[in-house]
Order: sequence, then C-alpha cells, then structure tokens
Amino acid sequence: MTTFDLLLQQTINGLSLGAMYSLLALGFTLVYGILELINFAHFNVFMVGSFIAMGTLQLFGLHGQEVILTGMPLALVLIAAFTVTMVASGALGVAIEVLSLRPLRNVKGPAAMITTIGVSYILFNVVLLNQGADAKNFPNPMPAKRFHIEGATLDLRVILIWIVALVLMVGLYLFVQRSKMGKAMRATAQDPEAARMMGVEVDKVIITAFFLGSALAGAGGMIFGLYYNFTSFIIGFTAGLRAFTAAVLGGIGNVPGAMVGGVLIGLIEAMAGQFIATAWADVIIFSILVLVLVFKPAGLFGRLAPQKS
Amino acid sequence: MREPMLLEFRDVNTHYGDLHVLKQVNYAIGKGEIIALLGGNACGKSTTMKTIMGVVRPTSGTVQFDGKAIERLPTAERVRRGIAPVLEARRLFPRMTVFENLEMGAYLRKRGTEFDEDLERVYDLFPRVKERRNQIAGTLSGGEQQMVAMGRALMARPRLLCMDEPSMGLSPRYVEQVFDIIQAINRQGTTIFMVEQNANMALSIAHRAYVLQTGQVVLSGTAEELRRNPLIREAYLGEMQVPAG
Repeated sequence: MTTFDLLLQQTINGLSLGAMYSLLALGFTLVYGILELINFAHFNVFMVGSFIAMGTLQLFGLHGQEVILTGMPLALVLIAAFTVTMVASGALGVAIEVLSLRPLRNVKGPAAMITTIGVSYILFNVVLLNQGADAKNFPNPMPAKRFHIEGATLDLRVILIWIVALVLMVGLYLFVQRSKMGKAMRATAQDPEAARMMGVEVDKVIITAFFLGSALAGAGGMIFGLYYNFTSFIIGFTAGLRAFTAAVLGGIGNVPGAMVGGVLIGLIEAMAGQFIATAWADVIIFSILVLVLVFKPAGLFGRLAPQKS
Repeated sequence: MREPMLLEFRDVNTHYGDLHVLKQVNYAIGKGEIIALLGGNACGKSTTMKTIMGVVRPTSGTVQFDGKAIERLPTAERVRRGIAPVLEARRLFPRMTVFENLEMGAYLRKRGTEFDEDLERVYDLFPRVKERRNQIAGTLSGGEQQMVAMGRALMARPRLLCMDEPSMGLSPRYVEQVFDIIQAINRQGTTIFMVEQNANMALSIAHRAYVLQTGQVVLSGTAEELRRNPLIREAYLGEMQVPAG
C-alpha cells in the first residue's frame, strides 16, 4: 500500500471510530450542558448498550458470524435491534438520573459526580457477574461485502455505521434546534432560572437529556459490537474516556462540538495507530486533552455552559 | 363581596438559611393597576419577585393570585395561571434568536392563532424586536434586550406582569421608551407590579407604590402621596434628578 492508500484507509477507520465516539460524546455534552455534571455512569451505559444489542440480535436467532442476512430482513433486524437498544439504554439513563442523581440535586459540591462513578462501577460489576469476564462474540449478520477505493477497502458494515451515526446525529441536532423540548433544553442550559420562569419544568428537561444521551450511547455500544465483532464488560472505560475527551475538545455543552470532537478523536486514534504505534494512540489523545484544557479551556468551538446567576 | 385583588401577600416571611429577608410583608394589587415597589439594595425587592414566581417559597404567610392561594404551586403552574416575569438584567437566552426567546415566553401555550396574535401585538409594541427577530439575542444592545424581555413576557399573555428593574442599565432615552411602553401594556389590560430603583420614573407612571426597607413595608400609598412624602423625596427622588435627559 502506498502512503496515500494508508491515509485513505485510516481515514475510513477513523471515521468509523469517530462516529462511535461522537454518539458517546453527545451524552456527556447534553447532560453537562444542563447540569454541569460530568456523568461517569455514561461510560458503562455504553457498555450495557452493547450487551443489550447483543441480546436483541441473539433473540432474532443471530449468533456470532454464522447467520448472514441481506436486503429487507437485514434492514428490519438492524432497525429493530437499534430501536430496542436505544430505548432500553435511554431507560437505563433515566433510571440512573431519577434514582441516584435527583435526590442529590440540591447538594453542592462533587457528590453527584462521585455518585456517577459509583453507578458506573455498579453497572460494570453487574455485567461482569452476569456475563463473565471473557469477551463475547458479537453477532454480525452483515454480508462481508467490500468495496475497493484505490488501495483501501471499505466494508459494507462501515458504510452502515456511518449512515446510522449520521441519521442519529442529524436527528438529535434537529430535535435540539427545532422541537419545543429541544428549545427548552437549550434555554435551560443557557439560563436555568429564567427557563423555569417561562414555565419550563426543569426535571423533564433533565430526564430528556439523560434519555437522549443514553440512547445514543446505546447506539454507540451496538456500533462498537458490529465494528469489532466482540463486546466485553470492560469496553466502557477506554471508549468512554476518549469520547469524554472528544466532548471537551469540541467544547463540552456544545452539541455540534461533540460531533466534530468525536470524529477528530477517531481520526487521531486511527492515524496514530498507523503512523506511530497503536500503543501511542492514547498518549496522543490524552496529550491533546491536556493541551486543549491548558490553551483553549472552552474547547475548539466554545462552551455552552449555563450562566451563573 | 368586593372583587378579589389580583395579587395579595398576607404576612409573608421568607428566609435564605438563617437570613430573614421578607418580614410580615403585605401587598394588595388590584386588577388593572400599575404598582411600584421601591427600596434600596438588598431590601427584599427581588425576593418579592422570586416569591411571586415560586422560585423562593415563603416560610410563613400566604400569596394569593386571583383569590386563590398559590404559594405552594410550582412555577410552571403560576405561569399557566397568568403571571409572567420580566427578569432583572433581562436574562434573555443569549445564544437563542430573538424569535426563539419570544417562543420561550409562550412555552406553556399552544401554537396557533392566539400565538400569532400575540406575536403581532409584540411586534406592534416593539418594531425594533420585529426587525431583529432572527438575530442572536446576546448580540443586541441593552435597550433592545429589554424590549425582547418585555415581549417575551407578553407572549405568555399574562394577567400580571412582574418587572424587576426594567430601567436598569439603560440609557435615559430607552428608559423613557420603556416606561411609555409599560403604560401602553397596562392600558391594554395587563396589571403591572414593578420593582424599580428609579423612583422618579416609577412614581410618574404608577398608580400606587410600596416602599421596602430591610424586608419590611415601611410606607405605601398612591404615587402622588409618595411623591410628596419628605422621606421619599430625600431618600429616593433627590438623587435621581442628576441624570435627567
């Protein structure tokens, strides 16, 4: 392969990773924008999402890579599995908010953030106890169809991952920009007290943010499984930290920023792995996090944090 | 039986932790009135506004709106019943457009002909707001932001408009304009309760006024009476003669 082919190939890989990180980063950014809370439980909502997706695909009789579907059956199975995964993950996020965070709403200091770390470990251990420590073979019903562009290959499933991520991100963006609840979310992020005095019920806004963020994390978990053909109780931390970095890079609280930040982190990971060494990818990613925090604390696209009143 | 007051505070006390803010406060605001609430810094004026909106709950006493106790109702329910705020320092949603800010004012109402009528009414009162409707609210001047804040409150079609320092930080030209518009809104049937540092301007349009000092109502009466009161002249009116024009 020529350098150009490698570059092309790693761009394709990076965009796939980036799609996943973007979906995950959106959850951090939505919740942070409204509560100024870094939700570490989000890491493992993503991980649980990949297990929900695996279970759903298995319910359709799909195990490992034995069963290959095409055409309409494939589309229906994937749509059904994404829907179930997203709704269940969203419900998990709402449960986390209602059961563990709402009681702490008026407690100042890091109590809520520490709680999200605790919830993260609970999810981690529950899955470990239930599913065991070994990596699971994630069902993949997609035909191994490949396209060749110059010297690079583009898998059918990669195209599908891009389409799903794009549809979800455009959908979220339109929801936040156009819908009544989306406007209430933005208003609450910009000035919670003023929003409340317009009649916005802030608890509903918070629940919506958790539902949407967690649903997207679930979709990200399913994409992880489809992309790597495995899942494990341990996948949340690395992906979660990278996605969190993506959210900070784009400007935490900023929805388009999280999308772009995710894609950038994905590209950096792929390029670093190719041209330097895989072991250096995280060093580079987190060095970028440190540099952003030092030189551009508001992120590349500025931050949409609430105003202090 | 006499018609109930639109808004009534009866022996209201509020606390922030150990700090006793409002002390046995009574207000009675009739339908169609413009009432000014005067007082210095940290005397409880903003707490009064927050108590009306339900952001602060009284520790004792009752707040009645249109004859019904509202002190335990959530903010959204109060807005639904017809109370809308114009917040201190405008408090627009700075990264939303002017139009989106107006939409937020009508948050609890359905979109439809009433919404369109109210939008027209706001655009009639504030032609400048119409011109700027697609602009990001945070980029407007202070005076324009005050217009949007008032328009946003009117989009709730309120029966009671609670205004916290509508003249704060505005140039004298805008202050005149804002007070003219407050009178116009009142003539269209909206009752107005306004907290104001600019006692001179406030008393020039108010029907009645209350004076708060360290959380207590120390004086109340018609605007005319208060303008003639020596205490008021000295404490609030004297200093306001400087920035005229």
